[in-house]
Amino acid sequence: MRSLLPVLTVLIALLAVWFAAVAPMNIRQSLDQAERAGNVVMPEGARVRSETSRFLLMFQNPNEILRGFNLDRPRLPTPVQVGQELWKTTGAMVLKGRAFSKRSLIFHGWITLQSTLFGFALGTSIGILGAVAIVYSRTAAMSLMPWAIISQTIPIVALAPMIIVLTGQLGIEERAVPKAVISAYLCFFPVLVGMVKGLSSPAREDLDLLRTYSASGIATFFKLRLPSSLPYLFTSLKVGIAAALVGTIVGELPTGAISGLGARILIGDQFGTPLAIWSALFAAAILAGALVTLLGLFQRYALRRIRGAA
Amino acid sequence: MILLGNAILFWCSAWTLNVLLARSRFHSNKIVRILVPALFGLSLLVLWEGAVTSLGISPVILPAPSDVMTRFAAETGTLWEDFVQTVLKGALSGYVIGATAAFTIAILIDRSSFLTRGLLPVGNFVAALPIVGIAPILVSWFGFDWHSKAAVVVVMVFFPILVNTVQGLKEASAMQQDLMRTYAAGYWQTLRKLRLPAAMPFIFNGLKIATTLALIGAIVAEYFGSPTRGMGFRISTGVGSLSIDLVWAEIAVAALTGSVAYGIVALVERSTTFWHPSQRNDK
Repeated sequence: MRSLLPVLTVLIALLAVWFAAVAPMNIRQSLDQAERAGNVVMPEGARVRSETSRFLLMFQNPNEILRGFNLDRPRLPTPVQVGQELWKTTGAMVLKGRAFSKRSLIFHGWITLQSTLFGFALGTSIGILGAVAIVYSRTAAMSLMPWAIISQTIPIVALAPMIIVLTGQLGIEERAVPKAVISAYLCFFPVLVGMVKGLSSPAREDLDLLRTYSASGIATFFKLRLPSSLPYLFTSLKVGIAAALVGTIVGELPTGAISGLGARILIGDQFGTPLAIWSALFAAAILAGALVTLLGLFQRYALRRIRGAA
Repeated sequence: MILLGNAILFWCSAWTLNVLLARSRFHSNKIVRILVPALFGLSLLVLWEGAVTSLGISPVILPAPSDVMTRFAAETGTLWEDFVQTVLKGALSGYVIGATAAFTIAILIDRSSFLTRGLLPVGNFVAALPIVGIAPILVSWFGFDWHSKAAVVVVMVFFPILVNTVQGLKEASAMQQDLMRTYAAGYWQTLRKLRLPAAMPFIFNGLKIATTLALIGAIVAEYFGSPTRGMGFRISTGVGSLSIDLVWAEIAVAALTGSVAYGIVALVERSTTFWHPSQRNDK
């Protein structure tokens, strides 16, 4: 709570910078529009203006600056415009009872969320299984761990189109599969690293104690190693879910997907509707924030339950 | 079929050898530590080769590693041109600008604890966002050439480095800062001699995360329009024209670049922060 005021200040400052940037970013476009509407504009002709500095243009045509805040296809939309567009494609659609129409961001967000959760589940399972193998077998640790690190230095986007070709040729028509594979690829690593740390976190004495009870390997795993790894698991899950969302959106961007938030960005780019791009971007940000917050709440609840039981 | 059998046999024997090596008393030997993962990777490649050639998988779906290597050797000119366009012009210049900007701003806001407290949560949040989505916007602002790619990279690397640097500058303890004060050290002296060195592990962590992000940014931005060269351009057109072996060659270049860039940052880290416990342990 102590940091609420500073965070708000920073956010307001960012919004102010954004607002201030709208005027110079859009001045050329608004002057073009004003000229077409028959207003007198200082240097005439778009060609001449494109060689004049933006700030000089603003200085010479102070009356046309405001026009830049209300363009249909602005170079840089105002925060208000983005907010309105977001509301128009989410809340307003819900009120009209068409929350899952193809024009609503809720529909596209849902598609993205599905792939993200699918990839998250896949990546988390791979990460946990890999961590168990690495903790229990030195051979696996020595041969897998370096490759896990190298796998993260490979830019996944280079592989993304190939994964789509491969799954397509294997007869998997489902669009969600390649996206989920890509997001699992990004998400398994933080889980793997966190779980290796977590599973090897019990102290020597604790492991020895269980041995004096003549506990089996499986009992040691479920009664000691797994519970003590949970705090690490939750921390890496929060990193993992954000990575999974990035993976899904990266998977949607270069592949000609038709639904999903990444596809909205792509389509907005092809049809020259910046407002669609910006609202999809903010929807993705809100989704990321919601997922991380949800996991954080679950973490707090689960850890409290475990400590209460102990 | 025999080839596939041989490949599986090779994989099994490589794994057995790895088990033996890992259990032997040489397991902490430096050469063995490199040999084991190298052998594992090699055995995977052999398995891939064997599977593709003996099962008759079409090169349009998955080319054999040997085909990719031949194509790699035949197309070094194209690959180099793409490398210069994407990595040296787009990713590297963006990385340097983004890192410098993040570092400078981190040091500036560090003087105000109010700003630090406000910026850390916001920066942490932004660092977790899918910022790649901003690529089409920046391409339409800065044009098709490498400038827009560098801009995407700047935005992508900025927040991880900023957050890590700000966090790192908080690392020096009050006791150590008091000691500097008793030496009558000024702000800049304390910064240079105590706080920056203490922040180095964090800064390098940010720089490492950013190397991969820079490549991702530069390649994704090329999917949204680029001149007729560049790794992202070649990959997207290669998939369209079914020259899949060239695509894999580009992927190999990207993988190699990513690993080498990460390795360089890690090496610099080791030589600058040799005193840090995390670096001393593995000696």
